[in-house]
Amino acid sequence: MGNERLSAFTRQAGTILATLVGLLILTFCIGRLMPVDPVRAIVGEEADQATYEMVAERIGANLPLYQQFIRYMNDLLHGDFGISIRTGQPVINDILHVMPATIELATFAILFGAGIGIPLGILAAVRRNRPVDHVIRFVTLIGHSMPIFWTGMIGLIVFYAVLDLVGGGGRLSDYYIGLVPETTGFLLIDAVLAGDWEVFWDAVNHLLLPASILGYSSMAYITRMTRSFMLDQLNQEYIITARVKGLSKGRTVWHHAFANIRVQLVTIVALAYGSLLEGAVLIETVFSWPGFGQYITNNMLIGDMNAVMTCVLLVGIIFIALNLLSDALYKIFDPRTR
Amino acid sequence: MTVSFLSMQDVAMPNPRSHRNSAFHRLLAVIRELLGNPSSGFGFIVISILLLTALVAPLIAPYDPNVIDLGQTLQAPSAQHWFGTDELGRDILSRIIYGTRISLTIITIVSVIVGPVGLVVGTTAGYFGGWYDTIMMRITDIFLSFPSLILSLAFVAALGAGLENAIIAIGLTAWPPIARLARAETLTFRGADYISASRMQGASPLRIIVKSIMPMCLPSVLVRITLSMATVILTAAGLGFLGLGAQPPLPEWGAMIATGRRYMLDNWWLVAFPGGAILLVSLAFNLLGDGLRDALDPKQR
Repeated sequence: MGNERLSAFTRQAGTILATLVGLLILTFCIGRLMPVDPVRAIVGEEADQATYEMVAERIGANLPLYQQFIRYMNDLLHGDFGISIRTGQPVINDILHVMPATIELATFAILFGAGIGIPLGILAAVRRNRPVDHVIRFVTLIGHSMPIFWTGMIGLIVFYAVLDLVGGGGRLSDYYIGLVPETTGFLLIDAVLAGDWEVFWDAVNHLLLPASILGYSSMAYITRMTRSFMLDQLNQEYIITARVKGLSKGRTVWHHAFANIRVQLVTIVALAYGSLLEGAVLIETVFSWPGFGQYITNNMLIGDMNAVMTCVLLVGIIFIALNLLSDALYKIFDPRTR
Repeated sequence: MTVSFLSMQDVAMPNPRSHRNSAFHRLLAVIRELLGNPSSGFGFIVISILLLTALVAPLIAPYDPNVIDLGQTLQAPSAQHWFGTDELGRDILSRIIYGTRISLTIITIVSVIVGPVGLVVGTTAGYFGGWYDTIMMRITDIFLSFPSLILSLAFVAALGAGLENAIIAIGLTAWPPIARLARAETLTFRGADYISASRMQGASPLRIIVKSIMPMCLPSVLVRITLSMATVILTAAGLGFLGLGAQPPLPEWGAMIATGRRYMLDNWWLVAFPGGAILLVSLAFNLLGDGLRDALDPKQR
């Protein structure tokens, strides 16, 4: 038994390792394919031939490709992700600096998406094939089919320019910027720490629109999965038993069926949380949100190679980690999978 | 099992005419089923209109999509310009109509790349198994560990901005789910009696895969491609919006929104209509895909 588990563990570790190496090869290829001369980017346009060759020697640009790859892996193992050409800072510092803004946005988005999506999915399952079910499917599908940058703009036109209900672009209104000291990078937490409630509510006001649009786009997936998990449960005999012995419909749905799908839902929400990164790239551009998504696009547009490679690698790692996490959650909380 | 055996016989019937006839009748039956359901019917009609519009764009567009008229800039929607004009006085409706051609090009090329590649990778991996399967599935896993927009962004950043490269990048990111699906389907057929039968008759692996396995995977692959077209449309628009896809003055819908963004607070029609077109087409593909799944793949109902 123990042996079997160990071999399953090594197999899984091997798979992860292989995927990681593949990921590295992919990012390396993307980096080398980029139409940017890494040496020229460092030395500048006017540098003479001797300087150029010296720098090329130092960063290993004239080595064969496989040696460059080994060098790249070696640097990564030492925690060296390279220097951003645009900012002159280590890429990893830049990313750590922009990450909190995106996490704040994505967390609010998933609270919105799951908070509304899960109840809708349950309702759709309970009222299967009734008008309510069709309306829910259609409304969430629209969220999934919308070009999110467009929804963001329409939201800005309606709720900011016309109705003036929410803040415009950015994380704060101009006159609040810099009022609270940056301790964690999470504006809401920083504002609470500083005890500045005005800044806190301004930040919430700016967060509301982009987060709800981002959350709406993830709702279709969450609702659809919730509905199908619930249907699986509702078709089972224990539900009939519960109803026959006199439990109310609400109690059966919430205490029996829903209790059994909670673990599955956690894994789904974890995966949906990761895929919000995709929407974040676009929504951050529309809302001038200084987060990871905007950082990626800006660097891609100007061809900052080290930054692009690290961002792509990071996104891949986040996704693999979320997948593993959702598997692990499943195994921990659901005794049936053991 | 007998059922699938019989249907294979049906496909392999020697008379080509009756074969074509039955395929035609099947297609009609599928379309009838799609139209019978309001949501898939809506999807089918919207996609048909898209195809038709792209085909006859010059005939129905009221203006030339690229002609600049500086006396008519930023006109609100009116009887003359139904969807208004943009910052260079170009008619937005005409640009959207011509934009269907770009959308259609993207969809066609991407499906032509993605369908065969996914099908070949998936069926061979599933049929041969072993180390080949492992390597192929690891590769698909790596591609699947990215949201498609971010991976396409990275590819476009590497290849250079532009419509052609955007299409290549989207194609590169869209095949793995199809390969996964085709492999899973192949695994369920691999042990079937009719496969063993043709193997015993001496059919080569190539023949078995092409003649016996691929046709069985086709319905679910078709459904999957239709559904992923919704994502493809959104990704292409996203790339266009970020300035990495189709470049102005091409009337690509995402790029139109990007240029309209500067004027949007006072001139909502610059972004509202192209975005509405994207939403409509993407929604239609989602609805059509769901309908096709019900029509072609009854076991998933």
